[in-house]
Order: sequence, then structure tokens, then C-alpha cells
Amino acid sequence: MRFVARIDVSHLPGVLDPQGATVERALPALGYHNVEEVSIGKTIRLVVDATDAEAARQQVKEMCERLLANPVIEAYEVTIT
Amino acid sequence: MNTRVGVVLFPGTNCELDVVDAIDGRGGSAEVLWHGDDTTKGVDAVIIPGGFAHGDYLRTGAIARFSPVMQAVTSYARAGGPVVGICNGFQVLCEAHLLPGALQKNAGLKFLCETVELRVETTSTVLTNRAEAGDRLRIPINHFEGNFACDERTLARLRADDRVVLRYMNNPNGSLDDIAGICNEARNVVGLMPHPERASSTLLGSADGLVLLDSLLAAAGQRATMTA
Repeated sequence: MRFVARIDVSHLPGVLDPQGATVERALPALGYHNVEEVSIGKTIRLVVDATDAEAARQQVKEMCERLLANPVIEAYEVTIT
Repeated sequence: MNTRVGVVLFPGTNCELDVVDAIDGRGGSAEVLWHGDDTTKGVDAVIIPGGFAHGDYLRTGAIARFSPVMQAVTSYARAGGPVVGICNGFQVLCEAHLLPGALQKNAGLKFLCETVELRVETTSTVLTNRAEAGDRLRIPINHFEGNFACDERTLARLRADDRVVLRYMNNPNGSLDDIAGICNEARNVVGLMPHPERASSTLLGSADGLVLLDSLLAAAGQRATMTA
């Protein structure tokens, strides 16, 4: 079966997020003074052929650990549909 | 025979010839190691130079880690061979887990290309054995992702084990603890963001990188004698 995997990669808590910090400083310049905790990550989408959703999730998690994310500075969340 | 230094070339590497020139200029004998070959060809030291290996897609160094040559470099490093990663090479060594931590985007989100002042923190590494602790070196940096990051435990270990090799005098990129270079536990693998090969002649504005290149050649020479 084919499953669509969405992987959201974000900064680990405590790791500096220079892009998020810069955008957070830019938004008030446009009049948005009520914004905080801006964080910028990336989304990876892929289609995986697996026997069931759980097998797909396990395989994608393994891909994240080995390549798609760097666990030293990044967290990731896998959504399978 | 001259000390042989292998300089790794990935698609997208762009500092390999500068490194070759600097090594040859110090009496070493540099040769390029193609990333697709699973061998270090019996060299006495390996340098992973700067550039954008495999386009730096996904993350800097993330794809380069899977090039065949990196298996050979990893075995070589584990066997005690001197390995130095400069700039992108530092990023590759981190992704390959030969060094701890990671290099992420500069705090100011600016690409930095300038000569910075560094302090030598330890001389017990393959890159600093000819220097003195406390030496100040003026060496250029040239990077967008040189902001060293790691968790608190790793930083505590790096400090406790005297594994911070170089620190910035004026932190240009937000690096944790002003770190410009670190080494592994065995002290034979060193990664640094500044480019010693670009400070290899007063004609280039500084010759402060020579002490680092000479240190590596000394370590390589020692290894050549040991394994001969």
C-alpha cells in the first residue's frame, strides 16, 4: 500500500533558531506586536510503499534518524496518511 | 619521502586546490581523493576541505556523509589517522559522527567572509601540536553555517576533556562557547570553521595558518614512521 508521509523538522528546544528569531523581529515592523515564539523548520513529503501504516511510520522514522533530520539539533514529527 | 596528505573532493567542494597548494608549499605531498572511491590510498593524513559538498542539500554535510570515501575516512580516523575538516569539512565530520555537535546557520543570518582572530586552546591535537596554548591566530572564515551547537552534556564533556581546540576572540556567528574548532576523544580528528590554507602566506594577508598546517604535517610524518 502507498502511504503519504509528512515529516515536520523543527529545532530542538534550546537550540538557537536564527531564522525564527529574525522573522520574530521583523513582524512588529509590520504592526504585528502580539507575536512570539516564531520558529522556522521544514516539511518533507514523501510517498512510501509499505504493508501497513505502522510499517510505513517505522521506516520513515528510521529515515529521519539516519538522514532526514539531525537529532543533534533537530526534532521531527511523522504524519502518515 | 614526502608526507602524503589526501584531500577529499566531493562534487561541490571548492577549496581542494588551495589546500593542495598550501600543503605542497610546506613540503608535504598532497593528492586529491575522489569521493566515489572507497579508499584513502595509504596517505598519512586526510583533509576534508571547504565548499558545498553535494550542494549542501538537506543540511550541510548530510549527503556527503554517505559518499564511499567517507567509509574509508571513518575507518582511517578510528585507526588513529590524522583527519582535519575545514569549514564544510567540519560540517561533514559532524554529520558523519566523527565529531560531536552540529554547525547551523549563523546567528545573524549573514554569510561571513572576513579574517577573524582565534585563540589556540590546546596543543594536544594533530592540528595544534606546533602551536602554543594562548597563541592568537588571524585566519579567514567564509561560511553561512558555522554556528556550533550541541547539547549541554556534550559541551561539558568537550570542556572537561580539553577538546575545544580554537575559540573566536570575537564570536562572529553565535557559536556556542565561542567555539571555532573541536577535536574527538582520541585528538586525531579536528574540525574547524576558519580556513588555515587561506592564511598560508603574508601575500594573502596572514601566514598564521602555517603553524596549523605544519602541525598536521608533523602528525602525519609521525604516523608515516609508525606505520612504515
